[in-house]
Amino acid sequence: MRRFAIMFAFVTGLCGAGPAAAERLVVSLSNHRVAVTSSFVGEELVLFGTIEPDPVTSPLRPPYDLVVTVTGPRQTLRTRRKQRVLGIWVNVDSREFVRVPAYLAVLSNRSVNTIANADTLRRLQIGLDNFLLPQRIGSDVADTVRDDPFRRSFVRLQTQQGLYRESSTAVTFLTPTVFRAAIPMPAAVPTGSYGIEVELFTGGNLVARTNSALDVIKTGFEQYVADAARDYGLLYGMATALMALLIGWFASVIFARD
Amino acid sequence: MQIYLPIADLPVNIFLVLGMGLAVGYISGMFGIGGGFLMTPLLIFVGISPAVAVATVSSHIAASSFTGALSYWRKRALDIALALMLLSSGIVGTATGVWLFTELRALDQLDLMIGVSYVTLLTIVGAMMIYESVRAILRTRHGMPATLRRPGSHTWLHGLPFKLRFKRSKIYVSAIPVWAIGFVIGFVGAIMGIGGGFLLVPMLIYFLRVPTATVIGTSMVLTLVTMASATVMHAATNHLVDAVLALILMVGGVIGAQFGARPGQKMRGERLRLLLGLLVFAVGCRFAYELVVKPDDLYSLRYVRSG
Repeated sequence: MRRFAIMFAFVTGLCGAGPAAAERLVVSLSNHRVAVTSSFVGEELVLFGTIEPDPVTSPLRPPYDLVVTVTGPRQTLRTRRKQRVLGIWVNVDSREFVRVPAYLAVLSNRSVNTIANADTLRRLQIGLDNFLLPQRIGSDVADTVRDDPFRRSFVRLQTQQGLYRESSTAVTFLTPTVFRAAIPMPAAVPTGSYGIEVELFTGGNLVARTNSALDVIKTGFEQYVADAARDYGLLYGMATALMALLIGWFASVIFARD
Repeated sequence: MQIYLPIADLPVNIFLVLGMGLAVGYISGMFGIGGGFLMTPLLIFVGISPAVAVATVSSHIAASSFTGALSYWRKRALDIALALMLLSSGIVGTATGVWLFTELRALDQLDLMIGVSYVTLLTIVGAMMIYESVRAILRTRHGMPATLRRPGSHTWLHGLPFKLRFKRSKIYVSAIPVWAIGFVIGFVGAIMGIGGGFLLVPMLIYFLRVPTATVIGTSMVLTLVTMASATVMHAATNHLVDAVLALILMVGGVIGAQFGARPGQKMRGERLRLLLGLLVFAVGCRFAYELVVKPDDLYSLRYVRSG
């Protein structure tokens, strides 16, 4: 029985279909590579898709709801809290958020809380409140309750930077079965591999899902400089110091008045 | 026009940064200082992290002090022997500073350390400069000569052992205060992202009695070497030096310095010192305000590692 269940999951997984297997998602991303160049000020990617009956003869069951979750490369970040000590504000307490996405966008056609019930959303990790954000607490690594002040501040700070977002208007249905999702990429977007999870709901149930991916890369001179600084720190430092000397010397030659 | 800074990891307006370089360069040319104590806070103010600001400004100061040192070298207005002596401990100070910088960053206390250092150093030095220059201005107004102390007068520093003779500066002093001064300047420079010219010049004059003819040139040589080595060390250990940002700052800085030099030469010495003292004091107060007033956001994030 258990073996059968695993096999069933595997087969449905292969088909890219959800539990009910009556709909299929076909999506296409406008661009799979975002190049961060010296003039990069952010970009908006567009994900187009249609809802197809699967098998072809099965009926469609609109209205549909769609949630697109974009997750960036994993990072470990520390959230620090200031407290007044001897009259000045000092970082006294901190929590480490372990392997959390550097970018996280939850895009939907309406508020995720109205799409499915709280249990489903939590199980599927849909929405900023439900996404797993593990913290290191002592020697343990676990997510906390969503009201945890560190978790809330972490999400708030990431949202302020445009790196985390939850938008209930970013997905629009052009027809009942054709949709478009706008994925904003802010100027400070971290480089790396991004995963895109597209989940289709009807009547509060997940009926189909598919995924896609994109890469954010630094290109040209920026990439070269960033790589050099990271991999060849000493040489990079010497080159920078040499550049300083050259410019200093240049200036003294050009502006010499004596 | 926006340009993306590869290490600071954010886009900035190239003209804003160039303008900051020009403005600080103008002031540094006027007072004959590196201007790090103004540049580092300005960079923090436009959103660059304090750690990147401190590490990057060191290369900017290396450039401006090299220009200065070259012009003093041509005028033969620097004391190489004294500069080498200061350097021998200055580099040790820089290395200690970079080490402490790395440790504090790991403990999340780097920003606090930078803030506290700025407050204590700048308010004290600024207040001393204001006091000294106001006294000098009042004294000249009452028609008294502006000499502070008779040349050749001795302090307890002159009683210390390991005496050395520095021919060009015509001084005969113990190596201990020379080493101590070099170490302090190298250390605070690496921690705070300042060249320390505004500290070093008064120290050399008051403690070692270095004559005004060689003091600025000598101080520039020390600043040059400590800041160039701070650049290399910050880049090698913390990977925080942003070469693109540094380049824009340097270009703005060296041009600005040329325009600042002329009004600086026209102004009277004590007036100039009063203005600089007020500026130093104001920057110190700005940092104090930030430490004491409740921040808008008690929480902040720090990148630890990828993955």
